[in-house]
Order: sequence, then structure tokens, then C-alpha cells
Amino acid sequence: MTEILKRMLRSPQGLLGLVIVGLILLVVIAGPWFAPQDPEKMAPLMRYKPPSAQFWLGTDQYGRDILSRLLHGARATVVMAALATALGTLVGAVIGTVSAFLGGRSDEAIMRTVDAIMSIPSLLMALLIVNLLGKSSLNALLAIALAFTPSMARVTRSVALAVRKQDYVNAAVARGESATFIVGREMLPNVVAPIIVEMTIRISFAVMLFATLSFLGLGAQPPASEWGLMVSEARRFMHLSAWMILWPSLAVALVAIGFNLLGDGLRDALNPRT
Amino acid sequence: MSPAYVLKRILLIGYTLFVVSLIVFAITQILPADAAVMMLGENATPDALAALRTQMGLNNPFWMQYLHWLGGVVRGDFGISMRTNLPVAPAMLEALGRSLLLALFSILLMLAVAVPLGIVAAVRRGRAIDLGVSFLSYVGVSVPEFVTATLVVLVLADWLQWLPATGYIPLTEDLMRGLKHLVLPVLTVSMILIAHVSRMVRSELIDVLHSDYVRAARLKGLSKRQVLFKHALRNALLPTITIVALDVGYLLGGVIVVEEIFALPGIGRQLIVAIQARDLPSIQAGALIMATTYAVVNFIADIAYAWLDRRIQYD
Repeated sequence: MTEILKRMLRSPQGLLGLVIVGLILLVVIAGPWFAPQDPEKMAPLMRYKPPSAQFWLGTDQYGRDILSRLLHGARATVVMAALATALGTLVGAVIGTVSAFLGGRSDEAIMRTVDAIMSIPSLLMALLIVNLLGKSSLNALLAIALAFTPSMARVTRSVALAVRKQDYVNAAVARGESATFIVGREMLPNVVAPIIVEMTIRISFAVMLFATLSFLGLGAQPPASEWGLMVSEARRFMHLSAWMILWPSLAVALVAIGFNLLGDGLRDALNPRT
Repeated sequence: MSPAYVLKRILLIGYTLFVVSLIVFAITQILPADAAVMMLGENATPDALAALRTQMGLNNPFWMQYLHWLGGVVRGDFGISMRTNLPVAPAMLEALGRSLLLALFSILLMLAVAVPLGIVAAVRRGRAIDLGVSFLSYVGVSVPEFVTATLVVLVLADWLQWLPATGYIPLTEDLMRGLKHLVLPVLTVSMILIAHVSRMVRSELIDVLHSDYVRAARLKGLSKRQVLFKHALRNALLPTITIVALDVGYLLGGVIVVEEIFALPGIGRQLIVAIQARDLPSIQAGALIMATTYAVVNFIADIAYAWLDRRIQYD
């Protein structure tokens, strides 16, 4: 574990990723305490203000403090995306591992179906599911989780196929253990490391997807300070204040870049190539 | 490339389209507790609901509804739009044409920018220009389309006033103005593609440049330029075909957002409008057409790859 951490700190990507994601986690956990103002407090005389000593990032169309809204919105954006990814990864990992364990024709049938489902682009899939369930943050979370499941199943299966051939799995089969035991206790724990790498990179997709759904009016609903929603609302007031758009846009981009860098750094640290 | 491989791929795409159609239909018409209530809203009269249920065949068993719908789809009949009361298929095909125009321009721009960028980065590996390209591609893949779109509108349309922010004018009506309206959408869509593909070209080319046959060509006394363009590039660009095909998935997703933002009446915008208006036949048509496009593009890419790269035997 420390060895992996050391290797990550040595690569510029891993280091930068760790720093950015660390900062994001700090904001997610403690953001609301740092917020200088109430994120919902409206001030009709203070609308569309550029950054100043009082409002570090300026104010929005209701005179609300943008910095406070961003700090509060981190949970709505990042935590939801991370939960969606975790859920999709978990379901996908189970499907992929079971498929690899079964092998033969069942494996072929499951994977062909997974491939077929993957030909529906994630955003389209998420849109259809939100359409089915109704628009809300929770439903957007479920939609993203479901949209991620097939590709995670595919990734897990390729790892699990190698694990399936290991002696300890054969030993468990020879002992006459149940399929549930072999998949749950012997195989799943050993596919975790590569899955975590894939998951980290996916969080950045999930953040973008979640913000996009909110932007389209199908995820978080006003007055939430979800970042995609903030961009969407700010667009109408673009002429009055560009800051309103810039800050939440930068926040989404920074989170996505951070998780991308962290994922790449993790991957390099886990399988050093040269 | 054996005929058996082609046959297998054809069977697979048939299965893919079947699964996709089943999912799209199930998600839109079967899974909602009551599709009629979903479409007409909570306040609809019982008579109107009953009439719609009969019209949509909602009282029939699932497989009958599905087969009836699929039968129509195969004949090119997606039903009547609940929003406009016009047949869905012609409207969707027209919208698809506009989206394909957007996609085509975006892919062309992407190829024109991403391939040279990838080559330069690979050849000057580790230098400033390589780091610059890597950094930009990181940013490019990490910024969602709605952010890119908003920023290009802010800068190029709002501040500099160079280009119109939204709207669509058919190219046949006014070529110059039509093209002007396409610039910002194309720029937005191609940004993520450029970031992704230039990274791929770079890493493929670096691998190829380290291969034995490139070293052999160098040792034979060929110039760097000859080795790069005659030997290395060909093999490095082959896998790019597959990447570009896979990117069509991103492209389709991106097209939904970009068309919505720029008010470009393509298939993505039709889909969003349909979802907002709960127009089931249009949602089904839009989703099915998009997924089919993706599946077919990947099929063509696989076949093209197998045909171009004859070193690999597929079975």
C-alpha cells in the first residue's frame, strides 16, 4: 500500500491527482463550514456582483454568494457522482465475475448481451432511465449507475477470467464450495485492484454526466447548488455577469481532471511498465 | 478476413439491434406503471386515458405490443408523434440528417487537428510541445460539452460577436450563414474528440516507433521522414479507426447536449424535446436511431479494420 503511494507521488500525474482529489474531499467534507455566507440567502441589492473582498467569487442573479454555493454544492455534485459510480461498479463487478465463473456458453451469452447494451451511449441510457423514473437527483444517480453497469461488467470479466484460472479457485471448486462462496469470497476480492483504477477514472465521467443531466434540467432541481444546474441557470444571465458561469464550469472541470489524473496515476503505480 | 468472421459479425449486430430495441421499448412503454398517465399527465380524464390505452394497445400482453411496434419500425413506421400529430419517422430522419452533418464536420476537423498533434507529440516525446499536447488533451477529455459550449458562446459569440450563438439555417438556403451557424457546435463537439484521438495517435505511434521493423528501416539508412511517413504512421493509424468508431458513442451523447444548447434541430434536440413533452413514439424512434447508428458504425469499423490489417487472422 505505502509502496503504491510512493510510486504515485513520484509521477507528476499521480501527485497532481492526489492533491486535487484531496482538496475536493476536503471541500466535500468541510465545505459548508468554510462557506462565508448562507448559500440560499438572497440579496436583491447585491445581484451580478463581480468578485470582491466581500464576495470572493461574486454573486448570482438573486445576490447569492457564489463561493458559498459552490462549497455547499460539492456534496450534491461529487458525492452523488461517486455513489453512482460505486453502485454501477458493484453491480457490474458481480455480473462480470459471475460471467467469468460460469464460463462457456453462459459467459458468451452474458457478454454478447452486455456488448449489445453498451451500444446505447451512456448519456442516452441515462436520459431514458430518468424519463422512466422522473427527474430528481436520486433518479439521476440510479440512471448513471445503470448506464455504467455494462462497461464495468466487461472490464471486471476480463480480470476475473485470469483469476478463474488460479489454483485457489480450482481448489475451492474441488472442495465442492457453492458458486456464491466462490464468486463472493474467492474471486471478487481478487479483482478489486484493477476495478478501483477503472472506477476512479469513471468518477470523472460520472461527475460530467451528473452535471450534464442537471444542466438539461433532468437531475438536481432548483434551488439546489449542484454545479451543472448552476451553469444552466447562469446561462440566461450571461450578458450581465460571466463569472456566474465561469466558476461552476471550472469546478466541474477541475473535479473531472483531478479524478482522471488520479486514475491514470493509480494505473501506472499498480502496473509499472518499464 | 474469412467469410465466417463477417457472417459472425452480421449475426452479432442482428442480436445487438434486437437487444437494443427490446430495451428501448421496455424502458419507454412497458416499465412505466402506466404509459398513458405518463404521457397525458395526472389530470387526464378517464375517457382520454382509456382511449389512449386502446390506441397504444396497452391492454395487450407485452410481446404483442413489442411485436406490433417492431413490425412498424421494420417498415419504417415509428407511429404518430403525440406532440405534433405528424408521423415520427420523416421528422426524425430529417433531424438525423442535420446531426450527421454536425458529426461529419466534427470528425473532419478532428482528423485535421488530432492526427498532426498526435504525430508531433510522439516525435518530440518529452519536449515542451509533447507536454503541452498532453496537458490540453487532459483538459479536453475532462471538460463536459455543456461547459465547452457555454464557454465558446461566451467568448466567440458574446464578447467578440464573431459568430451567432444559436440557431440553424439549412445550407441549401444560405450557404455562408448556414456554415456560420455550424461553427460553434462543430468546435464544441470536436474538442473532446481531438483531445481523445490525439492522445491515442501519440501512444500508438510511440509504440510503433519502438518496434523492430522501424529500427530495421532506420538501420537500412532511410531518412527519419521516410520511416515516419512510409512505415510507422500506417500502422499507428490503424487502431485509430477503432478508437474513432468507439468515439461515435461519445459523439452521439455530445450531440444531444450540443444541439440542445445551440438550438440545432438535430436528432439529439428532438429527443430532449420528446422527453420533455413525454412524446413516447418520438422518444422510442430517437433512441433506437441513435443506438442503431452507433452499432452500425462499430460494425463497419470492425470490418474495415479486419480488411485493412490482413496480418491478423480473424475467425
